[in-house]
Amino acid sequence: MGKTMIEKIIEYNTKIPVKADDIVTVQVDRVMIHDIFIPFVAEKFEEMGFTNIWDTNKVVLIYDHLVPASVTDDIRHLKIGDAFATKYDLTNVHRSDGICHQLMTEAGYVKPGHVVFGTDSHTTTYGSIGAFSSGIGYTEMASILGTGTMWMKVPKTIKITINGTLPKNVSSKDVILRIIGDLGADGATYQALEFHGDTITNMSIASRMTIANMAVEAGAKCALFAPDEKTATYCNIVLNEQQKNLFGDEDAIYCKEMIYNAESFVPVMACPSQVDQIKPVKELIDIPIDQVFIGSCTNGRLEDLEAAATVLKDKTVSPYIKLIITPASRKVYEDAVKNGTMEILAKAGAIITHPGCGLCCGRTGGILSDGERVVATNNRNFLGRMGTSKVEIYLASPTVAATCAITGKITFPES
Amino acid sequence: MNEKPSTIWVLGDDIDTDIIIPTQYLALPTIEAMKPYAFSPLREDLASNVQEGDVLVAGKNFGCGSSREQAPEIIKALGIKAVIAKSFARIFFRNAINNGLLLIEHSDLHDVVKEGDSLTIERNQSISYNGMDYPITPLPNNLLEIIEEGGLVNAMRKRNGRKPLT
Amino acid sequence: MGMTIAEKIIARASGVSSVKAGDIHTVSLDRIMTNDGTTHLTIDMFYNQLKNPTIADPSKVVFIIDHNIPADNPKTAASHKKMRDFARNYHIDFWEGKGVCHQLMMEHYVTPGEFIFGADSHTCTYGALGAFGTGVGCTDLLYALVTGTSWVLVPETIRFHLKGNLPKGVYPRDLMLTIIGEIGANGANYQVMEFTGEGASNFSINDRMVLCNLAVEAGAKTAIFEPDEKTIAYLNTHGNRIPKAMLKSDPDAHYVREYTFDLSTIQPVVARPDFVDDVIPVKEVGEVFIDEAFVGSCNNGRIDELRVSANLLKGKKIPEHMRFIIAPASNQVYLQALEEGLIDIFMESGAMVVNSNCSVCWGGCQGVIGENEVLISTGTRNFKGRAGDPSSKIYLASAETVTASALAGKIITADDYKHTL
Repeated sequence: MGKTMIEKIIEYNTKIPVKADDIVTVQVDRVMIHDIFIPFVAEKFEEMGFTNIWDTNKVVLIYDHLVPASVTDDIRHLKIGDAFATKYDLTNVHRSDGICHQLMTEAGYVKPGHVVFGTDSHTTTYGSIGAFSSGIGYTEMASILGTGTMWMKVPKTIKITINGTLPKNVSSKDVILRIIGDLGADGATYQALEFHGDTITNMSIASRMTIANMAVEAGAKCALFAPDEKTATYCNIVLNEQQKNLFGDEDAIYCKEMIYNAESFVPVMACPSQVDQIKPVKELIDIPIDQVFIGSCTNGRLEDLEAAATVLKDKTVSPYIKLIITPASRKVYEDAVKNGTMEILAKAGAIITHPGCGLCCGRTGGILSDGERVVATNNRNFLGRMGTSKVEIYLASPTVAATCAITGKITFPES
Repeated sequence: MNEKPSTIWVLGDDIDTDIIIPTQYLALPTIEAMKPYAFSPLREDLASNVQEGDVLVAGKNFGCGSSREQAPEIIKALGIKAVIAKSFARIFFRNAINNGLLLIEHSDLHDVVKEGDSLTIERNQSISYNGMDYPITPLPNNLLEIIEEGGLVNAMRKRNGRKPLT
Repeated sequence: MGMTIAEKIIARASGVSSVKAGDIHTVSLDRIMTNDGTTHLTIDMFYNQLKNPTIADPSKVVFIIDHNIPADNPKTAASHKKMRDFARNYHIDFWEGKGVCHQLMMEHYVTPGEFIFGADSHTCTYGALGAFGTGVGCTDLLYALVTGTSWVLVPETIRFHLKGNLPKGVYPRDLMLTIIGEIGANGANYQVMEFTGEGASNFSINDRMVLCNLAVEAGAKTAIFEPDEKTIAYLNTHGNRIPKAMLKSDPDAHYVREYTFDLSTIQPVVARPDFVDDVIPVKEVGEVFIDEAFVGSCNNGRIDELRVSANLLKGKKIPEHMRFIIAPASNQVYLQALEEGLIDIFMESGAMVVNSNCSVCWGGCQGVIGENEVLISTGTRNFKGRAGDPSSKIYLASAETVTASALAGKIITADDYKHTL
């Protein structure tokens, strides 16, 4: 009997045969802790009575939600993080380099086949390079820091196959939004999503990251993409035999299968205030907006900024509309400067911030007030996430978002 | 069979972690300081009026969204005895168990209860409401063990040869 | 009796042939600027306290959102929305997130000879182009909006005669902090600081802005330079603006006091916490470790300062625990820095480049500092708690001293830092 990709990853990790629903203990390859939760992890770790971290090399601490600090309380988190890093000899610390989920793959911490946990629900992102990665709370993180292990139930898998060529005005964001709409916000609860098909093979790693990132919005435990040559290039490795074998077998057991034609995708939006309220952009035309946000671990990468620049070249942002751009990482920012993307965006009148979570985490970076409407490329449009509960958030691709910034209303992107 | 009745607060489907505690309050120094903002985007009245021993009864996918463990910690700190929902998002589910917050999955109860009524929970057996008994599925063993140790912190303290925290 | 430039501008704006210090006149305002620090309050008064609210001349009014942008909470967002809706409604020029208000005013509006009100104390910056700019509160501003006029008590003028040139590694910022240190935080209270002499005419418009901008920290009503061919060149390259009036002080104008500063004797200085006039040479500061460094603000966030900073940073990394924040004063400055490769250098050094706004100088929502932390900054003020926690400390210095200190982790001159390499 064949195996799903998650079953293979867990088998390689535990060195015992497993199948969906087995409860297993995994050896953790990497963990990521970010600035919001580090004080809690540190407190729980010491409460648990640990005195050493199981493997300091495997721990990555990233400041991204609170950088640059917007209130003095933020600094307390950074100081506690610094003190924890000093006390336990942690050297993988990023203090202003960008969003955790971007850095974990970009800086080479995660490789195909790894088992990774992070104190953030969008840790699912690393499935884009064939790692099992999932979000946990700070208490469990503290126990991993002490033990290097974690119990989990091997998830069942939903197989999603997409073949064909996506229309030009459609991006992987539109793909995952539609899938979330089809599944519902709890449609994949505690299940793995496994992506197949030539559309997926032809996708850049950045596009795969967008899909893996948002899988949690359907409740998924993880979203997996078989590592290929693109993965190897991105990770700067040669795939070993195990990594080459990380794909779902033809005869693996799936709890559900979904098949799409790439040509059938259209630009869509997630409407307020649920990620699974998906509508085609065509049905939302002319709704006036107040702000556009392009950024986040979902869509703040170079190809996303380039997509926005393609739309915005020689154009300007509509009067009275703010376009806020927050690159996902320092490297993304630098690359966008080097290839001229930043110049196009700045000339169009964008407000370009330092890399970080920015508006997506709702602490600063473009908060809105009652009655305002924002088109954003991030992953959540929950009530109150970007200001008051009377703010309406529409989630969209960078291409759609940039198009709306020019007109000041929801607008269909030309293909 | 001497469990006290609990007053019911009714919430809808997909109660996300940003509703339970919005991100803007996550850098406040303590759970106590965050407590007044619990559920504020949806129900501003809840945090100030909830009483020790009350229960939340919600629809599907309760706790969806982020991994913020403040969500179950705050619910517990508000004195809420249990959350009863049609289903729970998984990160929230694990976080709640690790903090010793009782979660009960029940497919029907949400459709029948009224806010302000009361119900009684017989742990791992049933819920009685309005003269009816609604049986509940017991938790799996590995989770019961964590709850029996008083949460994951104490489970780890035991492993490390420390006395449990009270 | 002759008149100073400031007196001539007031005479022109009041439609009289001459004025003297101590007179009260009604001036017609050439321009009114207000930012998101207080505009929402002005708008509330406009709607709630006036019988027939109207704007005298919307074409003279400029609204700028620069203090809390992008917004950090729903309250500031609501204030911004109020401003945006009002500007749209009354056809008022509106800028949001394009730069610090005074920089935008200089780049797009101010011309020599104008009389300008700004609802911000650093409106005195506009003297760099030979205009009379002064900061007012929101009640004065509201009156000005509605009537297009205001009353003004003609201030006395103090002359600052600048001799010679600044040594290498010493900047107009050091000069102005030295002057404030010497005359004190109320040394020019309700007076005009007029800068003259060869040293003054040698300064670029950017340099003049640095001097004028900080005049309010000595209590001055405003500060001013005589407009010259550099002024004209600046107007030509910034939208081909036509001067309102190229005014000079008369040889027999009356000055209440005169100071002479020999620029060749100025050295790098810092203003110590919590007073802008507590100024000492950087070399005498002793060992002060810092947590955060900031280059930006309407005082010191222009291309000149970014060049100085990048020049020192090039090829180096700031220490891991240091937070070094750079805020270009405007989108134009950012684009210029981008073109010159400066942004690259900042990003590679580990600094944070934030969007053009008041940023750390305002202490509202970016780069806030924590308990007992120490900041070295090119901002305008080092008042207690201005950049964050009340227990934190702020030192003010030039962009070069700030950059050297960021690299060293403690306050140091650029020269001394280079010797440690």
